[in-house]
Amino acid sequence: MIDSPVSSAAAFRLGLKAAAQSVFIYVLFGTFIGYGALCHDLGFSLPWGIASTILIWAGPAQVIVVTALGSGLPAGEAAIAVTLSGIRLLPMVAALLPLIKTPATRFWHLVVPAHLTAVSMWVESLRIAPRLPRERRLAFCNGLGFGLMAPALVATVLGFILAQRLPPLLAAAVLFLTPISLLVSVARNSRELVDKLAFGLGLVLTPVFALAKLDLALLLGSVLAGTLAYIVHRGVAFLREAASDDAPAATQPTERPGDKS
Amino acid sequence: MSATVGDLGPYLALVLVGFLPNEIWRLLGIAVARGLDEGSELLVWVRAVATAVLAGIIAQLLLTPPSALAGTALTVRVAAVVAGFLAFLTIRRSVFAGVLAGEVALVLGALVWPVLST
Repeated sequence: MIDSPVSSAAAFRLGLKAAAQSVFIYVLFGTFIGYGALCHDLGFSLPWGIASTILIWAGPAQVIVVTALGSGLPAGEAAIAVTLSGIRLLPMVAALLPLIKTPATRFWHLVVPAHLTAVSMWVESLRIAPRLPRERRLAFCNGLGFGLMAPALVATVLGFILAQRLPPLLAAAVLFLTPISLLVSVARNSRELVDKLAFGLGLVLTPVFALAKLDLALLLGSVLAGTLAYIVHRGVAFLREAASDDAPAATQPTERPGDKS
Repeated sequence: MSATVGDLGPYLALVLVGFLPNEIWRLLGIAVARGLDEGSELLVWVRAVATAVLAGIIAQLLLTPPSALAGTALTVRVAAVVAGFLAFLTIRRSVFAGVLAGEVALVLGALVWPVLST
């Protein structure tokens, strides 16, 4: 399906190409048009808006920073809100890097893909990188990350320049891009039972916790949903092992059913 | 702790309030990843939690949506997500079909069922 890239440069270009073909291009474009306009409306300069997209590279955190700083909220409170919104990056980075590192990979090689890790890049990397030779995956992910950041920067500039209010219905449609594209792409990536369960439970538990007015609802809901899904995954694996331990004994004289197919 | 962006200057504020509190988690992620192999069971759990985080973000965006999206009814938002998901499942697991169907459902739903809260 994918031609194996012969060099790191080829893998980087493959990453750029994957970004160009990703549905997240549209999502990021829509999101960052809104973000650029927000920067303008709250009195930040265009270079500041561009710098914030490069340095933070996480939609929710950026929106928190501009709205908090722009409305004169204490910097400490804004920093705490950003810290809480950034927690989700830890499991994403921790889940992605083991797929792309080799024994020769050093810490500083991982700083760039870790910085480029955002929801969009994570979803596409987890889907495509495992099909590539291991030693090309890191360059691929860097290409993918830059390929997704570039249109986001263009959109930040465009949104800043346009900065006129979109008609409400169009603005709602642009904002709806984020949840709908996330839902469908994560559903596509969730092929194993553990991922499907974690996804379904997360959809239910986090809003239930939020409605119960629990602090850190997202963190609690996600850890509980992921853990429950993992427990079921282990339970199923245990039952399968137990079944396959019994099966050969019961069917020993005959052929195993798997041999024919 | 009570300094505002006016006291710090916009770029120092960007680094202290935006960049560092966010980037710390990516660096911690690198540290955690050092102990994980591709096939490890712990990684399955970490991936499950990361997937659940995304699900939680989707749910929060639908329940308490940002500015303009709040001008649509919750029922319309949920129905649009369901429509998008069904389109994804039935049309060759195409992400594009799912997103398009969800967007069309949202716009139609908002036109048929307007909420005047913007």
